[in-house]
Amino acid sequence: MSAFALSHLDALESEAVHIFREVAGEFERPVILFSGGKDSIVILHLALKAFAPATVPFSLLHVDTGHNFPEVLDYRDRVVAAHGLRLHVASVQDYIDRGVLRERPDGTRNPLQTLPLTEKIQAERFDAVFGGGRRDEEKARAKERVFSLRDEFSQWDPRRQRPELWNLYNGRHAPGEHVRVFPLSNWTELDVWQYIAREDVELPAIYFAHHREVFQRNGMWLTAGDWGGPRDTETVEKRQVRYRTVGDMSCTGAVDSDADTIEKVIAEIAASRLTERGATRADDKLSEAAMEDRKREGYF
Amino acid sequence: MTTDTLRLATAGSVDDGKSTLVGRLLHDSKSILTDQLEAVTRASRGDGPDLALLTDGLRAEREQGITIDVAYRYFATPRRRFILADTPGHVQYTRNMVTGASTAELTVILVDARNGIVEQTRRHAAIAALLRVPHIVLAVNKMDLTGYQQPVFEHIAEDFAGHAAELGLPGFTPIPVSALAGDNVVERSTRMAWYEGPALLEFLESVPVTTAPADAPARFPVQYVIRHGEVRHYAGQLASGSLCVGDRVTIHPTGETSEIAGIDVLGTPADRAHAPQSVSLRLADQRDVSRGDMITAGVGVPALTQDVRAAVCHLADRPLRAGDRVLLRHTTRTVKAIVKDLAGATELTANDLARVTLRTAEPLPLDDYAVSRRTGAFILIDPADGATLTAGMVDLSSPG
Repeated sequence: MSAFALSHLDALESEAVHIFREVAGEFERPVILFSGGKDSIVILHLALKAFAPATVPFSLLHVDTGHNFPEVLDYRDRVVAAHGLRLHVASVQDYIDRGVLRERPDGTRNPLQTLPLTEKIQAERFDAVFGGGRRDEEKARAKERVFSLRDEFSQWDPRRQRPELWNLYNGRHAPGEHVRVFPLSNWTELDVWQYIAREDVELPAIYFAHHREVFQRNGMWLTAGDWGGPRDTETVEKRQVRYRTVGDMSCTGAVDSDADTIEKVIAEIAASRLTERGATRADDKLSEAAMEDRKREGYF
Repeated sequence: MTTDTLRLATAGSVDDGKSTLVGRLLHDSKSILTDQLEAVTRASRGDGPDLALLTDGLRAEREQGITIDVAYRYFATPRRRFILADTPGHVQYTRNMVTGASTAELTVILVDARNGIVEQTRRHAAIAALLRVPHIVLAVNKMDLTGYQQPVFEHIAEDFAGHAAELGLPGFTPIPVSALAGDNVVERSTRMAWYEGPALLEFLESVPVTTAPADAPARFPVQYVIRHGEVRHYAGQLASGSLCVGDRVTIHPTGETSEIAGIDVLGTPADRAHAPQSVSLRLADQRDVSRGDMITAGVGVPALTQDVRAAVCHLADRPLRAGDRVLLRHTTRTVKAIVKDLAGATELTANDLARVTLRTAEPLPLDDYAVSRRTGAFILIDPADGATLTAGMVDLSSPG
């Protein structure tokens, strides 16, 4: 009997495309969370392939912390224009300016994203929200379904998750509820990079080694900038660095690196003894259950 | 180098050491990175890292020391990549084992060498049999606590063989291990010289992965219609078999026929598509095809029926009763259904396994689950709140 087997990346791609098309077939107002980071860039690339030759039937939503890397905002705007997409922005700065949210003493805005995100979802009546979350990222994420039901407050209750069998995804929800959808659930960081290399996907330049003014805080190299760093006791130096994740400047650390091509980046990740979040995210270090607690409140 | 992927699931009773086994597998195969191990060491109470904490990721799990929900783990060796569904053993969470097993090609059933086969072991074996997981490993754990004795292991393996035969399991591989001490998990143990088989990881690396047979009948559930100008592309993932440009196809449930005019693999034209590729098809004729329809080709047209006979595992806390009106989700189609018969039972409660008969509002193109895990599977949904109630496996041969 002859048999056919998909390569590892082709199998992941096929599964992700299946998930996109399920959402397109079952939901009224889906949206893709788009940060300009590599995972959301891969999400968008997969969506473009899933609906080719037609356009992607989803709009994009960016939660803008106000502390973004300029290269990433530039990338975001170019992608939106190139594919004729509609971009929604939920702005943390707006919430701070209106006095609804208060700046934290440590200056990180990652936890402040939850309220603008969840209010935007309610206001726009989004019923399916794609995220680039991967189960290999973090132990609370390892517990999440591909279709993750959220209540009207966007809350996640890990004890009340629906069983998820075969590839039969159940997206039923009541008005006001929505479903978070994670097409990259089964991908690892290395899978994402190998796929980016195979598909020749363009990324913001900060993912590749470059010289940048950084300073050290809590063992991480943070970018100096208007957002509030460095403090008087912290000194800026110029180092050759790159980023493994893209997030709020105040809590996303750079790693020392001379990987200036995608091949070098893949070699560097394959040899790394640190997870990407462990290496570069300050907010996950706040407590043992930091991610679970944020997710319960509605974070992605 | 090409590597393939094995999807596996674990199952075991509470305190059989399942999380420790998975932690040991990840740790000894060097899949745990420094910062993860540091975090676990910080959270551990005793000497050295408590490997169970690598997998119990929720606050409540760490507080209670039990696994509540499936966690998916990813690791790789030079020979293979693994997607591991680490499922809870507690009776009330059996439904989560069903979740993990539904996509698994191998299930590791763990038993405590001191206790042998217990009721939960038999339940896990029954679920693996029902879901037709192709490979079973019986991991006899805590061999360190029974003096690494061969008769203990052999007695348990024999006992399990009796149950496996009753359940119709195709076969299983027993392996004596100590997750805590690391015997026969990644490295072969020197403390059980009498055991000549492979260590667990060696077995996981070498077990053949099921590939989709190309000569299976083609099944293409239509997920979504992509309209581009005047052209309609029918998007979906091939559930089984393969399709070629020029193939004669039948559209269910209308029964209309047409011919494949073109195949696109994610935007690139192709002559042929195979399961489990996600592709889109163009047909030679204007036909009324929409989400929920199924396009088939070749011999073995599925039985179109409104009377569904199936084996089920009930998953929800609320019971399923004869006469209940539910929604039945089969491939991309959701239809109304009535529970006709529960093999004489008045109701099914959470974690019950039973044979049932359902009547659907519209005919469905069903295959036997024994033939296709994709087109022979369905779920029942509560129409009131959308909850997933029951997992179903079509059994056309069972008496109706």
